[in-house]
Amino acid sequence: MYHTFLIKYGEIGIKGKNRHVFEDALAKQIRLALAKKDGSFSIRKERGRVYVECSGEWNEEETVEALQHVFGIVGICPVYTFETTDYEALERDMLKYIDEEYASSSETFKVKVRRVNKNFPLTSMEIAAKLGEAILQHQPSMHVDVHNPDVLFDIEIRDRVYIYSKVIPGPGGMPVGTNGNAMLCLSGGIDSPVAGWMIAKRGVGIDAVYFHAPPYTSERAKEKVVDLAKCIAAYAGTVRLHIVNFTDIQLAIYDNCPHEELTIIMRRYMMRIAEHFAHERGDLGIITGESIGQVASQTMQSLLVTDSAVKTLPVYRPLIGMDKSEIVELAEKIGSYETSILPYEDCCTIFVAKHPVTKPDLGVIERSEQKLNGIIEELMDRALRTTEIIRVNA
Amino acid sequence: MIREIYLDNSATTKPSEAVCDIVMRLMREDYGNPSSMHRKGVDAEHYLRDSAEEIARILKVRPSEICFTSGGTEGNNLAIIGTALAMRRRGKKILTTMMEHPAVSEPLKFLEKEGFVIEKIPVDQYGIPVLSELKELLDEETVLVSTMYVNNEIGSVVPVKEIAEEVHKRAPLALYHTDAVQAFGKFRIYPKQLGIDLLTVSGHKFHGPKGSGFLYVNGSSHIVPILYGGGQMNGLRSGTENVPGIAGIGVAAKEAYTDFDRKTAHMRALRDQLRQGLMEIDGVAVHGKGGDESAPHIVNAAFEGVRSEVLLHALEDRGIYISAGSACSSHKRTSSPTLTAIGVPKEELTSSVRFSVCENNTEEEIDETLAALREVVPLLRRYRPS
Repeated sequence: MYHTFLIKYGEIGIKGKNRHVFEDALAKQIRLALAKKDGSFSIRKERGRVYVECSGEWNEEETVEALQHVFGIVGICPVYTFETTDYEALERDMLKYIDEEYASSSETFKVKVRRVNKNFPLTSMEIAAKLGEAILQHQPSMHVDVHNPDVLFDIEIRDRVYIYSKVIPGPGGMPVGTNGNAMLCLSGGIDSPVAGWMIAKRGVGIDAVYFHAPPYTSERAKEKVVDLAKCIAAYAGTVRLHIVNFTDIQLAIYDNCPHEELTIIMRRYMMRIAEHFAHERGDLGIITGESIGQVASQTMQSLLVTDSAVKTLPVYRPLIGMDKSEIVELAEKIGSYETSILPYEDCCTIFVAKHPVTKPDLGVIERSEQKLNGIIEELMDRALRTTEIIRVNA
Repeated sequence: MIREIYLDNSATTKPSEAVCDIVMRLMREDYGNPSSMHRKGVDAEHYLRDSAEEIARILKVRPSEICFTSGGTEGNNLAIIGTALAMRRRGKKILTTMMEHPAVSEPLKFLEKEGFVIEKIPVDQYGIPVLSELKELLDEETVLVSTMYVNNEIGSVVPVKEIAEEVHKRAPLALYHTDAVQAFGKFRIYPKQLGIDLLTVSGHKFHGPKGSGFLYVNGSSHIVPILYGGGQMNGLRSGTENVPGIAGIGVAAKEAYTDFDRKTAHMRALRDQLRQGLMEIDGVAVHGKGGDESAPHIVNAAFEGVRSEVLLHALEDRGIYISAGSACSSHKRTSSPTLTAIGVPKEELTSSVRFSVCENNTEEEIDETLAALREVVPLLRRYRPS
């Protein structure tokens, strides 16, 4: 049985002098992810490696799953460690490893040895060759293939000897906390949680804003959004969720503007509110789940008109070129899909015109919005003042 | 705390103080297992006996004919599947109505897959099964007839006595089961006089605890269990008895039938006040017959141009709790079986809500509710999908 994981990280390794910043962030995120799990864990950084040592009542499945929620991790390798100082002992350890992990295997293999501890006898090449021979004798069903092996046995000889061969894939990306924060427009749908996840994957911390429209949306719809924020928090850490009461603004738009423009004008006000809270939080951008052409409000023309409501921040749309089926696939992978498809109204689905504009013109929309002058200022102010902020943890 | 007007008593009721007290006492003190041989067990068993005797007195049946269950769904499943399995060599035909609760229609759907033949009797515009259709369908192959007693959505009352007579005359093999979940506590029910063989009741619909219920099984009817184990409830329903729930439902039943005429008259008066007030609002269609022929506690109405969920949430904001259709079907986006069966037009299906009162509601609460509706409905009508 092993008690150690070697954590493989991709991009962090190439960050030059900033590397320790990234490694520290990774170690911190790993610590957070394991904090609520059974067992004790110590995280050790050692010359371009991060090891997680497990002790106590730790559970393999639970630990691996927690690590799979840490961005920045490319691979999770269960590692056997041995206190070994000579070749004979190493060979015994190696064969013990084969017995435990590859008892009835007939896969092809290759042995790769890295001898960091130069006091260990023999060279890396010699050790690899001898170990290969020993394995062949011990388990004749396995064969050597140095070019395209099924299994690569990695043996690292440091202060101790590390043997590993299995790599469990991690989520990739970069550790959260290495790239600032952004404000996600979170609806109850399938897309926005995925958009938040994708940006979080690049090391970005997530804040979120949800537009609540009682009585047109229910408490359950709000709870659903909190649950979706939880799905994101499982990867991105605490999400500060802003719940804006949007009803009065929506009704004012309905009363004063052409109905086929309702959705687009509504979205522009949502963006303005998101921008406001992004500034308040020090966020460096806004994230939406839009993808070109998915619905009337996401045509190129509509996106242009929505976009121009935001004056001071970039709007990140990581799903912009994805098909619905691709988004659904990701939603299933990150665990938000089941929650997203619960059938509660969100405010976009009630005030929808039969024939909304699909090619809105910015000038026309801006003129329509002028009809709200004198009313909207106070409504906006009240919406911002009455916004409820919830800290959502995984 | 803002004042609360709870008009969703057909979904569930608030447990009475006496019910809460006895449940607490059984949790804290008399926690024994009725099957234990020591005194703790004997004490617990006393509660079971008292409760069964109380309910038997109310129904004018024998205590041994009361089988405690976990509620309406289990009672209906036991009655329906238990009868079908007991009778499966003698006949495969089961009759029911088109407006049953899923706790009846779903076990029947299961039996249909297992080879039983299920025939559904249509209902008229008031939610009353068409008796001539029933007569036509009853025959010697029929092993079970299952109809509700009071409809959970519109409060119509099914003529169980007439149905029972026809069943026993035309289908000598058949048992007659009625789902009386919305009827118990609202009507005096005497199964033996009415010709009912199996009767399902759920505790939380009349101020008892959730997870409590019973099935009355006529002593001469044979049904088989659907749960097997330690042989509790005369072998009909194995599993350690839910003693707090059973004691609670006994207390609740006793309370429901204490001062019964005054309470039901009060509910009736509230119902009529509400119906009257609703009919005075423009564009409201009140479903069901009303009057003495209907349940005393249920009013169902459609508000033209208002979505039922939106109306529900708008009232919720004012502390008034109602139901959009029946609570059990509101999780799914399916139309209500009852409203569909009585021929409510499609646009009314999405704008119908249910109000259900209990004896603790007041005239003032109904007035306030009507005032809130008069205020909120025109507002909601201004904003509707174009």
